[in-house]
Amino acid sequence: MIDVNELTKRYGATTAVNRLTFTVRPGQVTGFLGPNGAGKSTTLRMILGLHTPTSGAVTVGGRPFRDRSRGLRHVGALLDAQDVHGGHTAVAHLAALARSNRLPRARVTEVLEEVGLAGVARRRVDGFSLGMKQRLGIAAALLGDPPVLLFDEPLNGLDPEGVKWVRDLFLRLAAQGRTVFVSSHLMSEMEHTADQLVVIGRGELIAAESLAEFSARGTRRGVVVGTSAATALRDLLAADGATVDLDGDQLTVTGLPASRVSEIAQRHRIPLHRLDTRSASLEEAFMELTAASVQYPAGESR
Amino acid sequence: MSAIVPVVEPRARLVDLVAAEWIKLRSLRSTWIAYGITAVVVVGLNAAIAVDTSSHWKPDPVEDARFVRDGIPLLEAFTSNSALIMMLALGTLGALMIIGEYGTGTIRSTLAAVPARRSVMTAKAAVLTVVTTVFGTLVATASFLLTQAILHSRNLGVSITHPGAARVVVASALLAPVCALVGLALGAVIRRTAATLTASAGVLVLLPLLLTEGSRWSAVAAHATPFHAWSRIVTPRPHPTPYPWTTGGAWTVLAAWALVAAAVTIVSLHRRDQ
Ligand SMILES: Nc1ncnc2c1ncn2[C@@H]1O[C@H](COP(=O)(O)OP(=O)(O)OP(=O)(O)O)[C@@H](O)[C@H]1O
Ligand SMILES: [Mg+2]
Repeated sequence: MIDVNELTKRYGATTAVNRLTFTVRPGQVTGFLGPNGAGKSTTLRMILGLHTPTSGAVTVGGRPFRDRSRGLRHVGALLDAQDVHGGHTAVAHLAALARSNRLPRARVTEVLEEVGLAGVARRRVDGFSLGMKQRLGIAAALLGDPPVLLFDEPLNGLDPEGVKWVRDLFLRLAAQGRTVFVSSHLMSEMEHTADQLVVIGRGELIAAESLAEFSARGTRRGVVVGTSAATALRDLLAADGATVDLDGDQLTVTGLPASRVSEIAQRHRIPLHRLDTRSASLEEAFMELTAASVQYPAGESR
Repeated sequence: MSAIVPVVEPRARLVDLVAAEWIKLRSLRSTWIAYGITAVVVVGLNAAIAVDTSSHWKPDPVEDARFVRDGIPLLEAFTSNSALIMMLALGTLGALMIIGEYGTGTIRSTLAAVPARRSVMTAKAAVLTVVTTVFGTLVATASFLLTQAILHSRNLGVSITHPGAARVVVASALLAPVCALVGLALGAVIRRTAATLTASAGVLVLLPLLLTEGSRWSAVAAHATPFHAWSRIVTPRPHPTPYPWTTGGAWTVLAAWALVAAAVTIVSLHRRDQ
């Protein structure tokens, strides 16, 4: 259980996190979403006591993490897969962590096997691919068998098989009753993994709710129409009050139901080769909600 | 469905952190290479001076006796240039123990595993002190034995029981942990590799070379540097100076640098974002 309460962090003039309040519960995978620079990593660093909040507080299992003398049995974290000395072997990196927390040396072998790095255990981390480093970071997080796990963008650099493995792992950890908190800036990464979502933008909370509740927010239901007379149909639909996007011979229509679109087309003898109703995807719901808080919009899109 | 049980945790012990730091230090190949090269260079340079002396020496009973009486064998047991090189290297090696973690980001893994930052830094300082004291002892002893064996071929060598000989070995050995701790403290405060190494070289090597016995403030400042303190201890017959000081004072200077550096190291991370 992670309790974030009115958490604020300012770096000089930049407010990275602003009065953030939410709770992450055990037994579920909670996705932590927000565009680049939203403050996800900053929040995770404060949960781990690495950065001190400007104001507000956060507890893990009822206590500020920094008050603990040893951490691995309480929280396992993967902040950045690169946070490891390249000159160490995988075994040495984990053995030092295990020893610092008085964990049995056997745990090192166990977690290396669990993440599939047993074969390269004695190779130096320098030579690891990003995906292998992600696995090593996950192994470190699992060392203390902790009830709370934090992952910052854990899917970066993983191939499809690796992504599937990580997702299954998260679900398994949550099913064991652990609190699993995973950040991402891509909704698609969370769509099949998270039960709950915490969405932030520009350091502020946008939503904290279940995935189902979140997807119901998608307002932009639309109709996709394919026709050879796209321009003509667009004008007709627009005259009827719809908002229409034209893309080649395809129209995306919002504000009119499919039945009305088909009726208008028939009346004007415009043949349709496609007519689909489409509800907004989670990704779109996410984009819509965070649009106002995107800090670094790409070029001309705004 | 909950398979996890409440956390049972053994008591936290500093010795585990010391063991962890030792694992980190010894499993880096670069550690062994850097200490090895430093040892070879320092011992080698001392030996080279002794070889140079003995090869140009014209045997003469009176001159031989004066050579020993003036304490030159002790000066050649650990030369000033070797001391400066060792100081530079050990300051760097001490700093690497922490800037290696900042440079790679390992510090975050370390502190997420052990939130008790002062304990982490205490363990680092402890491991560094032990390792560099052993290193310093080996290098200073090897230098002494090798140089005296070389000088002995011309009847110019002295044994460890010779007055002042043990002092040379001990002070030279201790120069290693003192400088390593200074490097560690600077690294913990500065965090950035280039800036730390520059500061370490400046404080340990450049500063004492700039300070002279010329004026009172300069002499006092010079006496407060580890290099001059070492020099005061190992020099059998110091040059007369208007600002004399005792070897007791010099030992105190070395101890103070080590203690202050360790203290700075231990508290340096406490309040800052990592
Ligand atoms: N140590 C720091 N010093 C100054 N500013 C910082 C620091 N860390 C983060 N910031 C700023 O705080 C804001 C939030 O950054 P943060 O890294 O938490 O975002 P994020 O949600 O993790 O983004 P991303 O998806 O790109 O990883 C950014 O504007 C960033 O520039
Ligand atoms: Mg981030």
